[in-house]
Amino acid sequence: MIRVILPAPLLALARIDGELALPIDAPVTQRRVLDAVEARYPMLRGTMRDHATQRRRPFIRFHACERDLSNELPDTPLPDAVASGGEPFLIVGAMSGG
Amino acid sequence: MSRVRVLVGTKKGAFILTSDGARKRWEVSQPHFPGWELYHLKGSPLNPDRIYASQSSGWFGQLIQRSDDGGVTWNPVGNEFAYAGVTGTHQWYDGTPHPWEFKRIWHLEPSLTEADTVYAGAEDAAMFRSTDGGTSWHELAGLRGCGSGEQWAPGAGGMGLHTILLHPTDPQRIFVAISAAGAFRTDDGGTTWKPINRGLSSKYIPDPTAEVGHCVHRIALHPSRPDTLFMQKHWDVMRSDDAGENWHEISGNLPTDFGFPIDVHAHEPETIYVVPIKSDGEHYPLEGKLRVYRSRTGGHEWEALTKGLPQQDCYVNVLRDAMAVDTLDDCGVYFGTTGGQVYASTNGGDSWEAIVRDLPAVLSVEVQTLP
Repeated sequence: MIRVILPAPLLALARIDGELALPIDAPVTQRRVLDAVEARYPMLRGTMRDHATQRRRPFIRFHACERDLSNELPDTPLPDAVASGGEPFLIVGAMSGG
Repeated sequence: MSRVRVLVGTKKGAFILTSDGARKRWEVSQPHFPGWELYHLKGSPLNPDRIYASQSSGWFGQLIQRSDDGGVTWNPVGNEFAYAGVTGTHQWYDGTPHPWEFKRIWHLEPSLTEADTVYAGAEDAAMFRSTDGGTSWHELAGLRGCGSGEQWAPGAGGMGLHTILLHPTDPQRIFVAISAAGAFRTDDGGTTWKPINRGLSSKYIPDPTAEVGHCVHRIALHPSRPDTLFMQKHWDVMRSDDAGENWHEISGNLPTDFGFPIDVHAHEPETIYVVPIKSDGEHYPLEGKLRVYRSRTGGHEWEALTKGLPQQDCYVNVLRDAMAVDTLDDCGVYFGTTGGQVYASTNGGDSWEAIVRDLPAVLSVEVQTLP
């Protein structure tokens, strides 16, 4: 199972309490993780990536294993620790504001 | 006994205020969608317990929420707003072409005749329609394609389609207004559109009387006289008596003809309300006095309504969608401010009271009169 942590506003929107655990076939990529999240929680479609372009929303970031993976290509395999379920894939609302 | 439900969209959530027909005591809901911008909420006239809300965020984009129990519970519906066909360009602030990009929904307007139909006004300006209760959305692309779309340009707040007026007896006729393009009308249910801006004059565009390019802030009509339209634009209050074919100025003795909202009394089609503010640079009331101005003659002669409103040190604004009327007798008039107050008058504007204070900045106010 792949572990996914969503930002609080999306947890509230999807009425989720805590971390997600999603079955995702190898290779585990950013695209497959997002596809799985959206398939399980359709109300999150469009909130993390643009409907038309499928590009990450500008203020959404992807972190894992203490690395910023936001600008990795969507089909690049995620770190082994994420693929094995040892580390979560973090979807983060970028820090902004004053 | 009648009840009143006031739907308030703010910068940080939605609030629902309820009262009985006396409108003396108000219950204020806990925030719905806390932390999100709620540009607009509106209930269906066919089923007042069906309410649509436009929820957006700089981080997470646009969501449409729907309640079928009067705002107690909500569920997200469809949020895919794809422009039809080749997207094309409109003007950017610097006059260069800029691709059309969806940013948010400014206004939701449920149909007067079809229970599952609802219209949405988008930024960048476009009109969308859903016929399945908001689950899926389709652009009425004839509006952008009406021949002038490439010339439209954003106003300071963006290029939003902010006003949708449905004709009360002719479902084929719809009026819309766009910042900063102007007003438009369809007579065939949204297939084809035409600009209706003759008579408008705007000194800030190269040709002040151009067919498009006018920054219309809001238009309003009374259902008993739908060919008469009232308009608050970026300078000037205007009136049309021929469904927008021709406009003339009715600013009369207003202390300033700049403002955002305009609305019509529920029972008196010649009684209209505006909230003048100092200028296009200083978006607050003149002299720090919050005054609604009322004309009972359809324009030209205006009276200041001040009773119950702050008359010193008040520097809030009232945005375009932040005024509404109920249909009780006497007519209730409501408006919200960027300072977080919602004021109500239960006597057509003669006196006012804050029915809630200290909300986040108010973006929109709509009123439902319930049996």
